[in-house]
Amino acid sequence: MDFNAPATANPSDRMRVIGQPLDRVDGPLKVSGRAHYSYEYHEEAPNAAYGWLVGAEIGKGKIAGIDTAAAEAAPGVLLVLTHRNAPAQGKDSDYAAPQLQGTEVLHHGQAVAFVVAESLEQARAAARLVKVDYAAEPGRYDLAQERSRAVAPEPGMVKPETRAGDFDAGFAAAPVQLDVTYTTPDQSHAMMEPHASTAVWEGDELTLYTSHQILHWAAEGVAATLQMPPEKLRVVSRYIGGGFGSKLVVYGDAVLSALAARQLRRPVKVALTRQQIFNHTTHRPATIQRLRIGADAEGRIAAIAHESWSGDQESGGTAEGAASQTRLLYAGKDRLTRHRLATLDLPFAGAMRAPGEAVGLLALECAMDELAEKLGMDPVELRIRNDVAYNPEEGPSKPYSTRKLVECLREGARRFGWDARNPRPAQVRDGRWLVGLGVAAAVRPNPVMDSGARLHLDGQGRLTVETQMTDIGTGSYTILAQVAAEMLGLEVGAVTVKLGDTRFPQASGSGGSWGANSSGAGVYAAAMKLRGIVAQRAGFNDEAVFEDGTVRSGQRSLTLAEVAGEAGLSAEAEITFGDFSKQYEQAGFGAHFCEVRVDVETAEIRIRRMLSVAAAGRVLNPKTARSQCLGGMTMGIGAALMEEAVVDKRHGLFINHDLAEYQVPVHADIPHMDVVFLEEEDDKSSPIKAKGIGELGICGVGAAVANAVYNATGVRIRDYPLTLDKLLKAGMPQA
Amino acid sequence: MKSFTYQRVSTPAEAAAAVAANPGAKFLAGGTNLLDLMKLQIEVPTHLVDVNRLGLDRIEPTAEGGLRIGALVRNTDLAADARVKRDYAVLSRALLAGASGQLRNKATTAGNLLQRTRCPYFYDPAQACNKRNPGSGCAALGGFSRNLAVLGTSEHCIATHPSDMAVAMRALDAVVETVHADGATRQIPIAEFHRLPGDTPEVETALRHGEFVTAVTLPPPVGGVHLYRKVRDRASYAFATISVAAVLVPEGGKVAQARLAFGGLAHQPWRVTEAEDRLRGQGADAANAVADAVLQGARPTEQNAFKLPLTRRVLAGTLAQAMQG
Repeated sequence: MDFNAPATANPSDRMRVIGQPLDRVDGPLKVSGRAHYSYEYHEEAPNAAYGWLVGAEIGKGKIAGIDTAAAEAAPGVLLVLTHRNAPAQGKDSDYAAPQLQGTEVLHHGQAVAFVVAESLEQARAAARLVKVDYAAEPGRYDLAQERSRAVAPEPGMVKPETRAGDFDAGFAAAPVQLDVTYTTPDQSHAMMEPHASTAVWEGDELTLYTSHQILHWAAEGVAATLQMPPEKLRVVSRYIGGGFGSKLVVYGDAVLSALAARQLRRPVKVALTRQQIFNHTTHRPATIQRLRIGADAEGRIAAIAHESWSGDQESGGTAEGAASQTRLLYAGKDRLTRHRLATLDLPFAGAMRAPGEAVGLLALECAMDELAEKLGMDPVELRIRNDVAYNPEEGPSKPYSTRKLVECLREGARRFGWDARNPRPAQVRDGRWLVGLGVAAAVRPNPVMDSGARLHLDGQGRLTVETQMTDIGTGSYTILAQVAAEMLGLEVGAVTVKLGDTRFPQASGSGGSWGANSSGAGVYAAAMKLRGIVAQRAGFNDEAVFEDGTVRSGQRSLTLAEVAGEAGLSAEAEITFGDFSKQYEQAGFGAHFCEVRVDVETAEIRIRRMLSVAAAGRVLNPKTARSQCLGGMTMGIGAALMEEAVVDKRHGLFINHDLAEYQVPVHADIPHMDVVFLEEEDDKSSPIKAKGIGELGICGVGAAVANAVYNATGVRIRDYPLTLDKLLKAGMPQA
Repeated sequence: MKSFTYQRVSTPAEAAAAVAANPGAKFLAGGTNLLDLMKLQIEVPTHLVDVNRLGLDRIEPTAEGGLRIGALVRNTDLAADARVKRDYAVLSRALLAGASGQLRNKATTAGNLLQRTRCPYFYDPAQACNKRNPGSGCAALGGFSRNLAVLGTSEHCIATHPSDMAVAMRALDAVVETVHADGATRQIPIAEFHRLPGDTPEVETALRHGEFVTAVTLPPPVGGVHLYRKVRDRASYAFATISVAAVLVPEGGKVAQARLAFGGLAHQPWRVTEAEDRLRGQGADAANAVADAVLQGARPTEQNAFKLPLTRRVLAGTLAQAMQG
């Protein structure tokens, strides 16, 4: 089914099942330990041996020598792989991840050996016996130092540079000017489930249970790396304990478990430790961002420029698209965005929840707060004044499909009591606490991806949905059951959803917030096809009504079970998105409001309350959507106040590599939070008229926190995270 | 994790004897720190002597009017004890400011005292650390030192002691009771229990190998206002950036008696007699002079220099709060 025109009225509009705040259908499995994660396929992988990855202990250089004799002689050890005995591997795919292919060390934590033993403890102990001599070389670990050598990245998802009008002239002529630089640190995804894989070979066929967000990417990468025919590879990822972008990449766990299992003719499983995750896998890279905004005295933006520098490995590196949202969010004639990429010898940079916007808005939305103060304007009003109905770079020829930013801001301000905010900072005290309010806008593009599904209606009237789509903790199982149930007139309880298996039709997978809308539309497409088959089998025309487990036309009604018969009925289809969706600018919008208190003695910052208002198309399940927003708000608080993967710039590693030292918010940091969804349907996004929400939830949150901290203290910190030492150094008032 | 043998014992002397007889042996109580370190092979005992069945889980009055806390009293139980809450509230508050509910349920009184530093370089076997690998150097010097020590450091180590409980016990003049393999006992004032790093940062306490902690005693209650202020980047489940345990007896707007111990500043809970002397007979406005004495000789790094003004601010706030009653 090609989506090539605005969606019209269709069965998903009934909203009897879609739009209900249903509990997760996979909840009971998860809380009772019956949802198997990739490390837990005990029956499918009997007698599995345990792998342990040995990571490089230098940031850059060469392996001068490696001695595995002691490890090989250690109790229980079955195999030690190094660059000397690892098989040759392929790299003819962007997703390939060859391991142990030479002596060169590109980054700390890169695999230099892989030890397999009878038990986890034996593998771990033997791993410490692998003696590696390194010839370390000087590395580039400091973004600020490498910034002057940064270059334009290869054009791709992140545009190196965009212009409209003449920024320099427009900025020079603007009566009110702001020129500020913000920095954001490296961050780790910190999802609960580590990267884990279990590899099971039968002859020349491999089943790889691995924690990955997009199965056809994983399959392409693993098949290319192992140089095996794709049809001989099955990738399974039924339950995933969080991804946040970290699991869009194939790492050593997947490749090395497969290589070792092939050699040993025995299943091999491996899970990375939290410490290994920090340096072996990807991270959100640090940024330096310069914002220049010129406005007239009434707050109308005339010129806006956003430049961002980030770093990555020399080969295959990508830039963090931190200026991307500045192309979209506010009006203004003269515009410039620019991304520059420096070479760093740190672990690979990668996508992390709302890559680009999550950190870009930390800068842009604080700059807007600074501009509002310069103008003596309310920050909510400044944003409303610069609302725009179309892509401001491309002009009215590219309208937004929907855009309710102003409504989000107004509704949020009303609900939050924004009127009570004192625009003069450092004025409100509550005992020992300085109190402040902050606001920020949110935008996150709504990409769509082709997605397929297969439905089977059996003789009992039960429906099974099969698709490669994944559920990374977001609720895919639940919302796809809702879509399927709605389309066929069934109760959710009559639908079984099977996900995360390359034996099922290829799907969008989970990434870039496209999962719910795209895979939901894929199920819609298959359901429309199945409806046609059912109606035809029943002898009905297209006007057949599907309701309460029956199909009806005129006075005649049959149960779906009757129509399906003993053999059942199946349908498979794919939603494809051509150029139509590109005629519109598509994005979700939101507004975040935050109240913080700052301890006047210690400069400790604590959140008091928070509200997010979002408009992101049809909400398929308000409960799972709300959970996405709560998670995004929590992660945004972390980004604002504590998350930083600290680079040891001498040795080139993230040194605070566990969750005691890399701090994310705990329950005590998260107060009452409200989430409000504005009514919206986007008929340009897909037949089910939904949009992504998973990343919108984090976009702008941290800036609302930072703006509230400024309002509380009168101290503007432009270096995230906003920790108490920075407030103290900047001279936060005392008592 | 390296293979190790395991043994349960039935008396404290037997425990001491079992460890004393084996240079690779260690006591296992709550295990909340030791087992983590064993997985990382930072601790590599060849033999574990499990002391969890020794009893030693009672809190009893002493003849002098204080409390004797069994070595295996769990942190949760100690914090919740009615006598502790009434007479030694600073201890209860310090305990509850530490770790998480789950960890406090498991962690013991002796184990809390004996927990090891959380310096990130200690925790990474690829990095130089004189505490983990004597003579290898200190990667924390010149490295990520934001949360490390500013007082009592040496060129060999700038680690801190992470305990909150020990800071309160330092303010309360607790005494650590031990037993040796031969049954001989010893009483170690807490001031002498934790060492400064000097040139042997791997030696962290006054205990000898095989010396087994049986209890911690608290002297009779001193009354006064008990406060524990802990500063940290997140609201729970984080080690102290700095902390202060204060037991202050106000009298007519002045401080009649003062006990101040600080966490997060040094390799041991930090207490300075001169600082307390300066406070006696003074009001909250003496905070700066007191802080001068506390911080005398501080040698911060660029990254943790903020701990000095932070200590001053927290001390001022704590004194002001105490004087308000």
